[in-house]
Amino acid sequence: MPVVTYAGTEVKVNDEGFFENPGQWTEAMAPEIARAQGIEELTEPHWQVIKFMRTEYAEKGTGPTVRVLGKTSGVTVKELYQLFPKGPAKIAAKIAGIPKPRGCI
Amino acid sequence: MSDTIEKVSIIVSKGSLEGVYPALIMANGARAEGIDANLFFTFFGLDVVHRSRIDHIKVATVGNPGLHLATMAGGLPGVSSVMTHYLEKKMEKLDIPPIPEFVEMIADTGAGIYACKASVDLFELTEDDLVEQVMGIITVGEFYEMAAGGEIIFT
Repeated sequence: MPVVTYAGTEVKVNDEGFFENPGQWTEAMAPEIARAQGIEELTEPHWQVIKFMRTEYAEKGTGPTVRVLGKTSGVTVKELYQLFPKGPAKIAAKIAGIPKPRGCI
Repeated sequence: MSDTIEKVSIIVSKGSLEGVYPALIMANGARAEGIDANLFFTFFGLDVVHRSRIDHIKVATVGNPGLHLATMAGGLPGVSSVMTHYLEKKMEKLDIPPIPEFVEMIADTGAGIYACKASVDLFELTEDDLVEQVMGIITVGEFYEMAAGGEIIFT
């Protein structure tokens, strides 16, 4: 299992780069993970989505789908794809240190 | 060849519920993975982008052995509507959007949505008959240009 260093702390990630243990995640790690995904700067709406991902994961044990994000995070589907062009649910989950959401929608 | 898919262009030629959903799910799923996606609606698939038909896409209850329903029963008036309603309820529970919302959402993901010129001419339609998400009525040649360098999926 790969080990990477974010914000000076070693964390275990899976082969796709998702956190094995979401408890290891801290906010300080997010900008570094985002840069590796091609997102140079995390703006306020990025954080809104990241925090929403964390909350949903804590409550439901899984990250939300893009549809759920679009309906309940306060950020529209169109904006989500502008913020995370390589896939909102997937990339935001990675930056938020939670497992990849496994829905088909 | 690279081992990742960068772009998919999906042709939708069927106008039945079971003919349409797989294509929509694949297009939406592609965008969710960061893959570029185009949808090209042709022949009866055009119903999906037809303003007055998009709300009435139904399951084929005749000639559909997978439904395990006697052909005679499937042909009775209302059976297709009842089956469609039943499936729609089930899909709602699984967070699968109704077709009009799905088309809107797929357009919002940045996927391209196009209608086939030959089919539009055949059914004597104009741009005004199509939902606003349609970015253009294009020829097969233009479709191939757009699909160049990616995967093509026919449904």
